[in-house]
Amino acid sequence: MRNRYEGWEQPLFSLIDPSSRERKMVGSANGATDLSSEMEVDAFRRLFPLRFHERHLLESVRPDARSLGKARETSLALGAVASADGSALAKIGCTTMLAAIKMEVMTPSKEAPDEGCVAIDFHMPPICSPIVRPGRPAEAAPVVSKQLSDTIISSGMIDLKELSLVSGKAAWMAYLDIYCLDADGALFDAALLAAAAAFSHLQIPVVSLNDDGRIVVVSKENGEKAKNKPVNEEKRKLKLRSIPFALSCILHKNYILADPTAEEESIMDTLITIVLDTSCQLVSLYKPGGPALAYESVLQDCIALSRQRVKELQKILNEAILDMDVD
Amino acid sequence: MEVDRADGRAPNQRRPVACTRGILHRAHGSASWAQGDTKVIAAVYGPKAGTRKNENPEKACIEVIWKPKTGQSGKPEREYEMVMKKTLQSICLLNVHPNTTTSIIIQVVNDDGALLPCAINAACAALVDAGTPLKHLAIAICCCMSENGQILLDPSKIEEQKVKSFVYLVFPNSIASVLPEGSLKSRGEITEHGILTSVTHGVMTVDDYFSCLKLGRPAAAELSDFIRNNLKLKPGNDSSKAA
Repeated sequence: MRNRYEGWEQPLFSLIDPSSRERKMVGSANGATDLSSEMEVDAFRRLFPLRFHERHLLESVRPDARSLGKARETSLALGAVASADGSALAKIGCTTMLAAIKMEVMTPSKEAPDEGCVAIDFHMPPICSPIVRPGRPAEAAPVVSKQLSDTIISSGMIDLKELSLVSGKAAWMAYLDIYCLDADGALFDAALLAAAAAFSHLQIPVVSLNDDGRIVVVSKENGEKAKNKPVNEEKRKLKLRSIPFALSCILHKNYILADPTAEEESIMDTLITIVLDTSCQLVSLYKPGGPALAYESVLQDCIALSRQRVKELQKILNEAILDMDVD
Repeated sequence: MEVDRADGRAPNQRRPVACTRGILHRAHGSASWAQGDTKVIAAVYGPKAGTRKNENPEKACIEVIWKPKTGQSGKPEREYEMVMKKTLQSICLLNVHPNTTTSIIIQVVNDDGALLPCAINAACAALVDAGTPLKHLAIAICCCMSENGQILLDPSKIEEQKVKSFVYLVFPNSIASVLPEGSLKSRGEITEHGILTSVTHGVMTVDDYFSCLKLGRPAAAELSDFIRNNLKLKPGNDSSKAA
């Protein structure tokens, strides 16, 4: 019996050693009637997860030592997938998203002859979380996918006219696929960041018209041999206008917790996601139900937090682009 | 005020609402809800024994199945299901029937704008018809921002496609309190002003969003009175239901 629980009984020493940091944190907010003084921190965390978190919130700190309004450390690497036309790897804390864009030539629709198209898909493979089982898709995946395409297309970040090659004949179809490698909360935030980064890394391939009037991709090797002039030599990069950035917050009682982890999301249900673009226009305010109601003052607080976060994320994105240019 | 809506409504005027409960014989609870030409039928089955995988068995589970008017359900329907599930979960008393599942089936009859709010209102009426224990009702409305900065209430399909952005808002219903101080308050704010669910589409300024809230609240209060009267009108015809 003992052996089986050894895994989570490991901080037993904290019972003996009063100087252990974790123990002190729980002990400081101690109520006299509470079990927490007689129990190890890890056992308390598993048995009374809500109380464990609320105890931290009283002290304005979270189990991972963040303050309530602070997001986790965020990193961004462009060009993570060599075979894609544009790609990025975004990490917010442990949440990891890999985004890649593949460009294909298509015939534009009759309704919009001089516009390209963007198709966005979000995948949650079983590797990302214990909740996702192989064979059956995760419940959250189609919802995040729909939210992403709504946000990216309605934000006007991409001018679809820029994706046009020959009006009415040929245009680019951008397939954006985002893979969640590690789902540790705030999935939408990380996915949107990865998508925006992938679009800013995107290099549109050079194409030319061949003799039959068809579009062919000019590859590097036979680029010099090609007789026909490339169609899109001067426009290899997309101009991104007002990039949207997201911040998810948990509302619990009077507290607002920015950028929740998966554990926090599973314990406290009310999630609100705010997407602002670089000019601080509201792109989306998404709150699907939840026991806590969002009052106007709470909304204002959340929006203030997202404004700060937009500045942080914009800086991170710009640094990633600069790093890429230096290489 | 200048009126430039196709059907001659004022900007803050809703379309006429109709609600009928108990329209399906076999369902444990059912309702149809119509706002103008948008019409949705909702049916409630349950509570049935057991919860689905990955759900908390200590609470009742709510399942929403969305059937579009034509074709198969895809990503937008999945998203509607998720939003409705989370919204309805937060108005139901989930501890009353632990380890059960209540299914809510939404059938779209006609979509002429503000479809999701219409479905939420229909589901709410059907839950009441089924006698599912609820904390309060959810009142859903739709506001949209037209190009010239005007806010329109309850847009039709054509208006929804023309405008630059729209907002779906769900509020708790206004409480007719027996206490002299009236509505319940938490943190100094009136409960029915809290947002249960918010889904937006398109870019708007933050101020626009708050003006939508301002316009939405009285509309939701009006709708709340309508539902209250409608629910009072009809005595439950439970005898006709399948056991």
